[in-house]
Amino acid sequence: MIAVDLPYWAQSLLRVLGGTVAVLLPAGAIVYLFLFKMMSFMQSRLGPMEAGPYGSMQLFAEVGKWLQKEDIQPENADKKIFKIAPLIVLVSTFLLVAVVPFGPDAYFTDFEAGIFYALAVSSVSVLGILIAGWSSANKYSLLGGLRAAGQLIAYELPMVLAVIGVVIQAGSMNLNQIVVQQNAGSMFGWDGLGNPYLLTQFVGFVVFMIAVQAELTQAPFDMPIAESELVSGYMTEYSGFRFLIFFIAEFATVGVFTLIASVLFLGGWGIPFSWFGWGSLDDVDDWMNIVGPLIMLTKMFALSALVMWVRFSYPRLREDQLQRFAWKVLIPVSVINIMVTAVLKVVF
Amino acid sequence: MGFLKDRYNEYGKGMAVTLNTLVQTVKPKKLGGGAATVQYPHEKEAPPLRARGVIALREDNCTSCMLCARSCPDWCIYIEGHKELAPPRRAGGAPRKVNKLDRFDIDYALCMYCGICVDVCPFDALFWSPEYEYSETRIADLLHDKTKLGEWMETVPEAPELEAGAEKKKK
Repeated sequence: MIAVDLPYWAQSLLRVLGGTVAVLLPAGAIVYLFLFKMMSFMQSRLGPMEAGPYGSMQLFAEVGKWLQKEDIQPENADKKIFKIAPLIVLVSTFLLVAVVPFGPDAYFTDFEAGIFYALAVSSVSVLGILIAGWSSANKYSLLGGLRAAGQLIAYELPMVLAVIGVVIQAGSMNLNQIVVQQNAGSMFGWDGLGNPYLLTQFVGFVVFMIAVQAELTQAPFDMPIAESELVSGYMTEYSGFRFLIFFIAEFATVGVFTLIASVLFLGGWGIPFSWFGWGSLDDVDDWMNIVGPLIMLTKMFALSALVMWVRFSYPRLREDQLQRFAWKVLIPVSVINIMVTAVLKVVF
Repeated sequence: MGFLKDRYNEYGKGMAVTLNTLVQTVKPKKLGGGAATVQYPHEKEAPPLRARGVIALREDNCTSCMLCARSCPDWCIYIEGHKELAPPRRAGGAPRKVNKLDRFDIDYALCMYCGICVDVCPFDALFWSPEYEYSETRIADLLHDKTKLGEWMETVPEAPELEAGAEKKKK
């Protein structure tokens, strides 16, 4: 354990800075690596190449462009609410990252009911999206906002149910404990790989990733912003930096959700403890606080590559297909997964 | 196995296509990879021979008959001419009257590249050229006169060989 005594204000400042970096860095990297480059390569083109080497500065150019644009509000819009809506969406992302552990001591808060809090806070973005759609005074926005609300509520459920399997197996809702359980665990007495829940909770992982895809409104679940039907859904009336905030929130949430997924299913910041002969969290060496975040980022990029790959490959579902898939397939499957996990937990 | 194969055909094939395209695009040029696109200002694409880039004019062939100007759907061809007396073909003959071209302008801001003027010209004075780099910063600068149109004649490719068995046009 690291023993550093910082005054409270310094700790808070560090947490705010760390949180900002932990949200914005993955968001920028995901936009550049996947949205700009991977998508282009999958369409047999090169993507941005002019701004900086291989277009790596393109993001700054885009942000600069958006910041210059006029902040337009529709005449009939509910101006105040219209203005706050994107901030509410972004805030939910910042609240999410607060419980994600990046190392044995590198976390913002060590919260006992961590995953419960994360799932609760992730629903706040629905409010932002709904009021964005409502206050725009635009039929497309309203439809997009309603679709988003229906979709996010429908897919919240399988996500929660998929997480319950992990919580049962780990015996804790604390995300750091879930990481420790996976890396200190063993499979049939062999502890060379720990016990990543990807293997034991594979059904839960698949359900969780599908639900994440829908929560992030990435294709094939992008009905809320379906551009061929609804212009841009709840984002239609937004321009300039308010659109930018929606955009950042979208990809920052991809980053945070894949961070949470890597904590729940891929062993988070840890490496199998048996490699270095660690027994519990207290034995873990301090250098894991530096290496841990890097391991986390690697897993995050692998998972968000998966999310983006699916996004670029599949066409959009129809609205009724989307709802049917959540209620008739994902929720029953995850309930069965919970029952099986609970029985096996008692048996073994 | 039939079940798995069906699921692969339903869900896996699409993702395999995108992944293959990604690998193909990232692969170095030497190994036959690369993107389908061309990084335009740095490298240029060779347009196909029959590309409709710009319309070139062979001034000597033009008789200012106005067929092209009249058939143009956009009215973007401007022709002015006058009659001149040319020396007779045979000694002792009467001097010939020929049409001399004063002005032949095409306004490429209006032109929609339909090619009707090229088709309609009975004297082979208008040609398609694959040249495409003639954008201007002012829209008025897209009005090109006969000198400029004549310069583009150099970029007109040789007519390709007729197909075997094709009937040759009788002169």
